Amino acid sequence: MSDSNTIPKSLIDAIGTESEQLSNDIEKGAIRRFAEAIEDNNPTYLNEEYAKSLGYRNVIAPPTFLRSVKTAPLPDHIQSPYSAVVDGGSVWEYFNPVCAGDKIFTITKFEKVFDRDGRLGNMIFLIKTTSYTNQLSELVATQTTTSITYEPKKEK
Amino acid sequence: MNKNLHFEDIKEGMEIPSIKKNPTTQQLVKYAGASGDFYQIHYDMEYAKNNGLPGVILHGALKNAFLGQLITDWIGTSGKLKMLEVQYKGMDLPGTPVYAKGIVSKIIDENNINCDLWLETESGDKTTIGKATIQLPKN
Repeated sequence: MSDSNTIPKSLIDAIGTESEQLSNDIEKGAIRRFAEAIEDNNPTYLNEEYAKSLGYRNVIAPPTFLRSVKTAPLPDHIQSPYSAVVDGGSVWEYFNPVCAGDKIFTITKFEKVFDRDGRLGNMIFLIKTTSYTNQLSELVATQTTTSITYEPKKEK
Repeated sequence: MNKNLHFEDIKEGMEIPSIKKNPTTQQLVKYAGASGDFYQIHYDMEYAKNNGLPGVILHGALKNAFLGQLITDWIGTSGKLKMLEVQYKGMDLPGTPVYAKGIVSKIIDENNINCDLWLETESGDKTTIGKATIQLPKN
């Protein structure tokens, strides 16, 4: 944690806050359209018989498919005082496959906030983790994302 | 696709077979629809230019998907992808091919094999970097 006072106390107090839980039905057609969009013709995503021969319940989803399922936003007060945002990247962890016909429940948690000075000036980093759990109560995956926020440069 | 990659087949420093992707504006529209990410900088040229971009640019998450495919094509059906990390270093534009590449960086045991990954353009710019941890069966 930074000792800088650029991070509002309300944001630090909000660490640990969770979003509402949302439920998503994983459709076979949605997996197919996602695989087609990323141009990955892996038969595990497209061919039900093949996927079942490998022991899956149905076709499985590509690793980043969960990006397309709905997550609830964090409460409005969890935002940086800076309006400009860049995507600082993400970390996926995978525990179980996502199969067509599954129900996936999502919850997003506000994990961490810190600041740092860099080429964009003072930057506030917001770290959030979304957890994805299926209808068998198995944790399927988590995605931790970093948003880098900064004060936009004034027009000269 | 390699269906039979085993722990014994790999060693530290070895290259992961690279894949070439040819992103087009049509692909960006398909990805917007499939992922639900309708931010206009990925399909509306005028909007992108008004936001200081040279044109529409690839979704970061699409580049993340390319790095995912690099790994899943390589490990086939018996290996497992346990972790996939991505960081965006530069923009990629439709019409410019990108190569997903990687190396085995560290072998701890068969359940913890670390790889360094990246996307590279034909001019050698690394626009995206990442890491993966995989698990492979033993022979």
